[in-house]
Amino acid sequence: MTKQFRLFYKATIILLAILAAMLIGSVILLTIGANVFRTYTVILFEPLKTTLQLSEVLLRAIPLTIIALGISVAYRSGIINIGAEGQMLMGILGTTAVALSFPELPKVVLLPMAVIAGGIAGGAYGFIPGILKAKLHVSELLSTVMLNYIAAQFYTFMLRGPMLDPAEKISGTGTPQSMRLTRSIWLDRFLPGTRLHTGIFFALFLALLIYLLLWKTSYGYKMRAAGASSRAARYGGINVTWYLVIAMVISGMFAGMAGAVEIAGVHRRAIEGMTSGYGFSGIVVALFGGLHPAGIVPASFFFGLLIIGADMTQRLVGVPANMVNVLQGIIILVIVSTKMILADPYLMENMWRKYQSLTKKTKEVEA
Amino acid sequence: MNFIVNILSLGIPFSVALLIASLGEMFNQRAGIFNLGCEGIMAMGAFLGMLIPYSIGQGGPTSGIYNFIGILVAMGVGALFGMLFGFVVVTFRAPQGIAGIGLQMFGVGTAGTLFRHFVGGTQSIPGVGNLPIPGLSNIPILGPIFFSHNILVYLAFLFVPVAWYILFKTPWGLRVRAVGTNPRAADSIGIQVNRVRYQALAVGGALAGLAGAYLSLFQAKMFSDGIIAGRGFIAVALVYFGHWHPVKVMGGALLFSLAQALQLAIQGQGINFPYEFAVMLPYALVIIVLAFSKESQLLGPTSLGKPFNREKRI
Repeated sequence: MTKQFRLFYKATIILLAILAAMLIGSVILLTIGANVFRTYTVILFEPLKTTLQLSEVLLRAIPLTIIALGISVAYRSGIINIGAEGQMLMGILGTTAVALSFPELPKVVLLPMAVIAGGIAGGAYGFIPGILKAKLHVSELLSTVMLNYIAAQFYTFMLRGPMLDPAEKISGTGTPQSMRLTRSIWLDRFLPGTRLHTGIFFALFLALLIYLLLWKTSYGYKMRAAGASSRAARYGGINVTWYLVIAMVISGMFAGMAGAVEIAGVHRRAIEGMTSGYGFSGIVVALFGGLHPAGIVPASFFFGLLIIGADMTQRLVGVPANMVNVLQGIIILVIVSTKMILADPYLMENMWRKYQSLTKKTKEVEA
Repeated sequence: MNFIVNILSLGIPFSVALLIASLGEMFNQRAGIFNLGCEGIMAMGAFLGMLIPYSIGQGGPTSGIYNFIGILVAMGVGALFGMLFGFVVVTFRAPQGIAGIGLQMFGVGTAGTLFRHFVGGTQSIPGVGNLPIPGLSNIPILGPIFFSHNILVYLAFLFVPVAWYILFKTPWGLRVRAVGTNPRAADSIGIQVNRVRYQALAVGGALAGLAGAYLSLFQAKMFSDGIIAGRGFIAVALVYFGHWHPVKVMGGALLFSLAQALQLAIQGQGINFPYEFAVMLPYALVIIVLAFSKESQLLGPTSLGKPFNREKRI
């Protein structure tokens, strides 16, 4: 088998996968009578046209990157974290609690403290499904989903009760939201006229950190070994269950820190619907980015683009913004299928034989 | 007494969506497929179930027919979704957990998109009313508990022994259990493993679609984005809880819905308990139940979640 053929084969499969994904999306778009080509161009190119929209894309990419980094650590260690949504909510609550309790501290102390508090809250929430999986064999897929629903209820409870804005109590409108957080926790917005904040550098720093952790430390090696083949890893003396729990805690911490960055950089108070599906999109971003920081950063930009683009289709071509969920679902299904096809040596062998017999025939004809 | 009758007569119709969906999931898992996309299929079923009665069959004497068509469409599309899942996890042998999440997002997203486009906002529909069984429904206590529900409640509970019969007493049921337990042995005696798995996925998908249609047509009598509210995932957990057996699965579905009815009844009594914590209860119950059924996983189909590759050497 020649090297060129291998490359050509893989490129063809990936191209076919992209086409398949767009085709399934087109079926849905045709059902609602939308212009398929126009919808795709709006989603992919419209948000790039002005600086403001581009900054909004980057703004969405920040929490997506942080969450996807956490999810990739868990995934590489052999545990799938669908609970990022709940962990992010817990992170927001942790950050809010610290910011409300110590409003008079200077920024250098309060900001790191608040972000760490968010991380700890999210990590603690990630610890629950991790320990349940390790000790009681509870499927993390089910427990994290359930914890998402529980976190959502707990979050509303906190916003309606203990953390409710005193101003809301006086005016009596009862919008469930916290007080505006103190100014010393705000992340700076460095691009005038936009909401783009310094959290983007924090996200890039975390990407580097995860790269170093997973590929340059023995911890990372053990985690990846546990995920790649838990039996072999156990045989090699790695405490697989322990690393499972650690990976889940790290994953939760990242989701929690994403919440902290989101509240400190964008909303500056805890409101309802703040996670807006980042926890689920994070799974798609992590898979799309090949579970590697160098892939996750561009992938989160791409999905930020999809989210903003889908918002715009509502106005420009009348396609509901829910379309982004459809695309995300399709992308997951297509990615996991494509991975299996690419990993199948028999299929490639078969194709190579067919290709050879085809070229032989043409040569005979030429002769 | 009245209080208990209230809870029971409320809880039994609540259990139906869970019961139907988890029986479908049971067929999937018995065949070795862990279908986490149940939630997504239910969302599609809930939307399609209400779409046809809403858009063409409002009122009039023929509205019953449109409800019926709606249910059929929901089941058909559910089966299609099940087979789409089969394409990913049976034909391509993709990991089932993450693929299930993909199917869930796809289903919920598609239902939401179509709903925004064809209906717009929350609209209530007449739905299907109750059908008290003449005579039996007048019995004190037992009447309101067992015999004054809508037709699907009776059918769902009648389906439990039918599902038991299909699974344990028919050749097809045996094939399903064989491909979920030892696909290689099944293959060696000429059972087409992948075909049986596709069939089980179609059955499971159709039942999940029906469960969704039950929620929108019979229970809530409307559609909204969050109508399924994790019931698809709870249904998956109930299959574990019910040890992959139809009767025990029914027991689990009843336990959950009675807990929910109890929670509603307590709130109705005006006891001061934070509403949010009451809503959390069933979800927390799932985790607790799963945590205490560690041993039961040994009873499950041994090839659950493992794709079958005929060419691969062991």
